[in-house]
Amino acid sequence: MKIGADDAGNTPRWKFSTAQPFDEQRRSFLGALLALGSLCVGALLAVPLIRFALFPLLRLTTELKASPIGSLSEFSSLNEPVERTIQIEQVDGWRKAVSEKAVYITKNGQGQLRVLSSICPHLGCTVPWVSAKQEFICPCHGAVYAPDGSRISGPCLRGMDTLETVEQNGQLLVRFQYFRQLVADKEVIG
Amino acid sequence: MQPADGKQEEAAQEVTTGFRGWLNHRTGLDSVLRSALDEPIPGGARLAYVFGSGLLFIFLSQIITGVFLALYYVPSADHAHTTVAYITKSVTAGSFLRGLHSYGASAMIVVLLLHLSQTYLYGAYKGRRELLWFSGCVLFALVLGMAFTGYLLPWDQKAYFATAVGTNAASEIPLFGESVRSMMRGGTDMGTLTISRFFVAHVFLIPACIFALVASHLFLFRKVGAAGPFTEDPLEPKQEAELFYPRQILMDLSLTALLIVGLGCLAFFVPVQLGPPANPADAQFIPRPEWYYLPIFQWLKYWHGAASVIGVLVIPTILALGVIALPFLDRSVERRPWKRPIATGAYAFVMLALVGLGVRSKYLDQHDPEVAQQLAKQDAEEAEYMRKPFEPELSSASLAAANVALADPLAAKGKAIFESQSCNACHGDGGVGTAAGPALIGVGAKFSTAQITELLRHPTAKMKAGGMPTPELSPDEMKALVAYVASLK
Repeated sequence: MKIGADDAGNTPRWKFSTAQPFDEQRRSFLGALLALGSLCVGALLAVPLIRFALFPLLRLTTELKASPIGSLSEFSSLNEPVERTIQIEQVDGWRKAVSEKAVYITKNGQGQLRVLSSICPHLGCTVPWVSAKQEFICPCHGAVYAPDGSRISGPCLRGMDTLETVEQNGQLLVRFQYFRQLVADKEVIG
Repeated sequence: MQPADGKQEEAAQEVTTGFRGWLNHRTGLDSVLRSALDEPIPGGARLAYVFGSGLLFIFLSQIITGVFLALYYVPSADHAHTTVAYITKSVTAGSFLRGLHSYGASAMIVVLLLHLSQTYLYGAYKGRRELLWFSGCVLFALVLGMAFTGYLLPWDQKAYFATAVGTNAASEIPLFGESVRSMMRGGTDMGTLTISRFFVAHVFLIPACIFALVASHLFLFRKVGAAGPFTEDPLEPKQEAELFYPRQILMDLSLTALLIVGLGCLAFFVPVQLGPPANPADAQFIPRPEWYYLPIFQWLKYWHGAASVIGVLVIPTILALGVIALPFLDRSVERRPWKRPIATGAYAFVMLALVGLGVRSKYLDQHDPEVAQQLAKQDAEEAEYMRKPFEPELSSASLAAANVALADPLAAKGKAIFESQSCNACHGDGGVGTAAGPALIGVGAKFSTAQITELLRHPTAKMKAGGMPTPELSPDEMKALVAYVASLK
């Protein structure tokens, strides 16, 4: 079919110049050039789109806020672990949930302050401090821990988890984290 | 073409071998491409013809950026503003993409006006092009509809109040004006249902109509052919024709490149703003529409009371009908603008009137000290809001848990027991439930406090099988725990 002819192949409605400025070879070369150029520009424009879509995946998850527990002087003369409730913020995209978690402030063998997560590393129950026995005893499956959080007995595979602390202007702050249960080594999750 | 040169011969013909040959055999791609590119343009390629493809490009860009923005946007009065703030302030390239989408809307109006002006001044609606012109008019209205519905979606102060005014203008229509307004708002007032309606119109209904009309606009254009320069006969073109490819396509692509660079620079260097969240109770806020609606906004100020029917309905309707019916009213084949004084004069009058109204609106705002002061204050509030870092929305779950603790001291004590006894380990914070244990929200409605106490003292076999221990509590502690569990909603 001739260029410009109608569907039935009749005489073209259009008159064309006999001297077309571009012959077939130059048309094909230009076409390839344009296709390549468009592809490059398209790829360039796709960069912000991909970065936008992948934002939740590429975002650093270490953006963990430290929650205040109290002033350091409060804990200078600890005889046994004390429980404190901290508020932790869990950010979920454009919203956040504030939840409360119980932690224990205790001392290790060298007399340094350490903060323990109250979540049992066995199956995740909250472990209460039993003052009468001077032990942490999990009410669910009977895991027993020493005042510094180390494992004494029970089905758990490790001692209670210590949390990372920060001391700032005489205040004690803690970064709350969750750890994998039922394993011997502490492993951060979430 | 040289018949002796086999290579050139083949290039002109359809490819029949290899992958491309197979694809072409299955799809007829080559002939589609060929018929798309080999559109004849009488009188040759010109820069004046670039605006149609420019519009197509912006529309494509709006679809892509719009789809990506929808990854984070939530159309509800509670979350719309937070999610747009999240896009603008937190998400990588979010401000840039939102800028492309927002400035793209303005660019769409500009290029649309240029396309319309070219078609009108070149008399390109003449010669069996009534339906082509008509589909263009409907597309114009749809694009204005996209701009109107999209403007509300960020749900900031100016979006809220501009749309309140915009929907109010509809109620000036006699007899069914109130119904039109209620229909748009989803009720008598603006609210979350208004967002839903505008969102559905902006994302589903109007784009679907635009797709259909762009397809018919292109089909009708190819069916009747390009009109060519205004010295050309619109029915039987006599001037030498040039194919769309390559020269016209290069010109079209130059506009596209200009648009990419222009919109990209604007979105990057002049980030689009977001004001504070809509506050319907704010009585001070002075709403002003986007620049392309300013002339209409100013026009409506001149019509009050009984006469408003004329300004709101009669004159715009006559104008719209006049524009739509143009190819029927103007039947001559004369296309040179200087030989069509009425058409050219009417165009100049309407354009000058629109520009004049827009300028007048700006002038009045700047010369009324109170208005100017309030508008400056609103701009300052917007800039102030933009400076603040993104603040995530507090989720309702944490609020509910906090409220319970405040409401009833016994339940508050129960909450402490709930947590110290590890109930939350399985039943979740606030009894929302986890994989390990069922949600407790609403048990207060299903069981009496006596029944809950009994279940806690003596868990059923099914509960025990699920790992439910028997808490060891004093009667007082039990009472507090039951009060807390029963209060979970």
